[in-house]
Amino acid sequence: MLRLLATATIALLLALPALAADAPAVSAVAKTYADIAEAGYTDSLIEARKLRAAVDTLIKSPTEENLVAARKAWIAARVPYMQTEAFRFGNKIVDDWEGRVNAWPLDEGLIDYVSQAYIDQAGSNNDLYNANVIANTSIKIGGETVDTSKITKELLSDKLREAGGVESNVSTGYHAIEFLLWGQDLNGTGPGAGKRPASDYDTKNCTGGHCDRRGQYLEAVTDLLVDDLAYMAAQWGPDGAARKAVMADDGRAALAALFKGLGSLSYGELAGERMKLGLLIHDPEEEQDCFSDNTHNAHYYDALGIKNVYLGSYKRIDGSVVSGPSASDLVRAKSPEADQRTRASIDEALKRMQAIVDRANGGEAYDQMIGEGNEAGNALVDQAIQALIAQSKELERDIAALDLKTIEFQGSDSLDSAGTVR
Amino acid sequence: MNRPAGHFVLILMPGVGAICMASLAASEVIAPRFSTEVGEESPGGSATTRESIDTPEAFSHASQGIGLEGEAKFKVGNAIFRKLWASSPSSTHGSDGLGPLYNSRSCQGCHVKDGRGHPPSANYPADTAESMFLRLSIPPQNDAQKQLLAAHRINSIAEPTYGEQLQNLAVHGLDNEGRMHITYSDEPVTLGDGTLVKLRRPTYRVEALKHGPLHPETMLSPRVAPQMIGIGLLEAIPESDIRANADPDDRDNDGISGRTNEVWSPDDETVALGRFGWKAGKPSVRTQAASALAIDMGLSNPLDRRPSGDCTAAEPACLDAPNGNTDRDDNLEVGPKVFDHLVFYSQNLAVPPRRSFADPVVRQGKTLFYGLNCQGCHAPSFTTGNVDGQPQLSQQKIWPYSDLLLHDMGEGLADHRPEGVADGREWRTAPLWGIGLTQLVSGHTLFLHDGRARSIEEAILWHGGEALAARDGYAALPKAEREALIKFVESL
Repeated sequence: MLRLLATATIALLLALPALAADAPAVSAVAKTYADIAEAGYTDSLIEARKLRAAVDTLIKSPTEENLVAARKAWIAARVPYMQTEAFRFGNKIVDDWEGRVNAWPLDEGLIDYVSQAYIDQAGSNNDLYNANVIANTSIKIGGETVDTSKITKELLSDKLREAGGVESNVSTGYHAIEFLLWGQDLNGTGPGAGKRPASDYDTKNCTGGHCDRRGQYLEAVTDLLVDDLAYMAAQWGPDGAARKAVMADDGRAALAALFKGLGSLSYGELAGERMKLGLLIHDPEEEQDCFSDNTHNAHYYDALGIKNVYLGSYKRIDGSVVSGPSASDLVRAKSPEADQRTRASIDEALKRMQAIVDRANGGEAYDQMIGEGNEAGNALVDQAIQALIAQSKELERDIAALDLKTIEFQGSDSLDSAGTVR
Repeated sequence: MNRPAGHFVLILMPGVGAICMASLAASEVIAPRFSTEVGEESPGGSATTRESIDTPEAFSHASQGIGLEGEAKFKVGNAIFRKLWASSPSSTHGSDGLGPLYNSRSCQGCHVKDGRGHPPSANYPADTAESMFLRLSIPPQNDAQKQLLAAHRINSIAEPTYGEQLQNLAVHGLDNEGRMHITYSDEPVTLGDGTLVKLRRPTYRVEALKHGPLHPETMLSPRVAPQMIGIGLLEAIPESDIRANADPDDRDNDGISGRTNEVWSPDDETVALGRFGWKAGKPSVRTQAASALAIDMGLSNPLDRRPSGDCTAAEPACLDAPNGNTDRDDNLEVGPKVFDHLVFYSQNLAVPPRRSFADPVVRQGKTLFYGLNCQGCHAPSFTTGNVDGQPQLSQQKIWPYSDLLLHDMGEGLADHRPEGVADGREWRTAPLWGIGLTQLVSGHTLFLHDGRARSIEEAILWHGGEALAARDGYAALPKAEREALIKFVESL
């Protein structure tokens, strides 16, 4: 608090209780923002490396215990990553890259076998059901034949993912790994996650076929995730391009990115696209982490990421805290009331997310909560959506309070506008 | 262009001299010499957005006055518009069903930021032409096909092997159909003041066909994805008001005819006025969206229930490929609820306000625009009728600068491929609203149905046929006046 009170006397504060505290330098707020991003992506990288080790163990020794350990490592890896989603929707470097690690939904049938139930349902032994990379040394992708005899990072990143720009196939990133660890969630809005057996990786007693190639895919795709996260952590490092971009214009670029990112994640992405759409069509696909039934945590850590960035404080996976002058400090200096309302709305959103987490931990997964006819579950999700919308509105007020529309966005073309939180 | 008979109006055109214009009724808005008109600053009427249009999101705002409930519906529609569809089968029943053949995985893939698409920067494999494709058709081969066309039940006869459109992408395991290949040749044009403008003339062919040659009589029509703004308002223009401007036999002898396309409306099971698409081949936003879902992305929907999209009997592997139809979604890939949200979203993408509409140069450009009779096709204004449950779209005076009619645009632009009533030289007048924001929203200034024009000036110079006189008038203007006219168009 020293920085806030340094130039104000107690008497003055008493005399003018509504008088704003001194605002921190915008560049200091920008630095905190970049520091939290760097710490978040570095934590994500650390967890991804642990996941890589767990995957390695699974492939070498494909036991149920090792599969469970790999799944646990995946769930742990999502914790820091989801918190970094607060840096999306405002930082071009992040937005251009995000699809590499978190694209959704997945072209499951391109990666590995899909359930026989689908094939039976379709009533045919259609070869296309088996046209996946793991089962084939050559496959048509986007209408062109691709040599898939060796499953490598390069194959996944250059041939599958990058082929055709926005038309690229979704076959890498967290969700591809999730699919390879859990298998398809065939339970719809009923209970249960995917049920892939460890023997899918057992080259001696192989189930699902092509266990060696499945292991190669899992290794390659996890290596690729590690590479991608290392890249992003470096972008926020001392000389990183993402850090430089937000430090532009004495750090004012960061403010625009910060508010646009938080508002967009809260309103458009999380409340709108991920939650409301799923609720509307009662569709389990709108759960993000669908194979693992981990969606409740994905949503919760998204909301926590918003809090981290607004308050300028992030608790790392090792328990240490990265903190500094924050957007909250800036808003408070202009309008203590606006800041208080924003913080209250953030707490409320987190509380609502926590309620979803609690219900999930109590045995009803998120996909069940959004199921048709589950009034209590639907209501809980809807309350969270409403809280996110309320939070977005407070963030919009903050933008007005900070008069961010006057910010010049030149030099940072990633920033569309702070005034148009979507 | 048939307007009520009226007296002659003399307009003094700087640099052109006096131009005699016939047939403008006194009651109509006539050349507003350096004047502004009530409401013109809000081309979408009260539905014009008041959000920021200084960003690439300028075309992505909801109609003003849409209401809280409407806004929520719009947001969900936006999510569907942006959704990347996955191949079937996947765990994500609500998001699978892509293809088997497709041009794009999402609506947004072509209509980037709700703006217009563009031709590829190079041929495959350097560029995959993600927001442009080729329509395919052949002349009717028998009486049955002739009857279907005559009854307006269909707009064209699909190419027998490849269907209505060339899909350059396919889900994994399946062949695509082939690749569009474009070559451009320079076409120099000299303006009245000696300025040399180089147009680029495209030639189209199909390469790497996977199922043998095209039918020998195949007609190709290249299409870029159009901008999305204001289409709910265009849909709300009373049919009679659009028909009133039609003058198929040019009875008023102004050189401009203007014909309606008459197309099948599956919703009403009847023939209706065509409004949407480059040749006005679709009568409503619903039918346009249904066609884009089915043909561009291969998604079954309430108006086109084919899960295999544009696959033909000559492509059995495609017809047999897994699909994403689910019981819960009315045995469709895009169920009725999702479809309705998508349509609502499309209807409510707001038109931006005019920029610098009162600027003297813009006003001068406006006078020149009228002087050249550009408004003979680019009809400035209509008033919308009533739209059930959507007051924000109802009874609005709007300024699309299009009559939504078909006009002969000359040999230069002809695709020689009929679509419904439209012949191979006719195109629907493109609305001009928002055109000045194309660079900001879409990052380019590529215009016309195939994006061949690299600027508004090039687009004007491609005009021929009924628009030849206006085009020649433009080419004859001195530089400052050409620039003023373009500045006016950019302000729309």
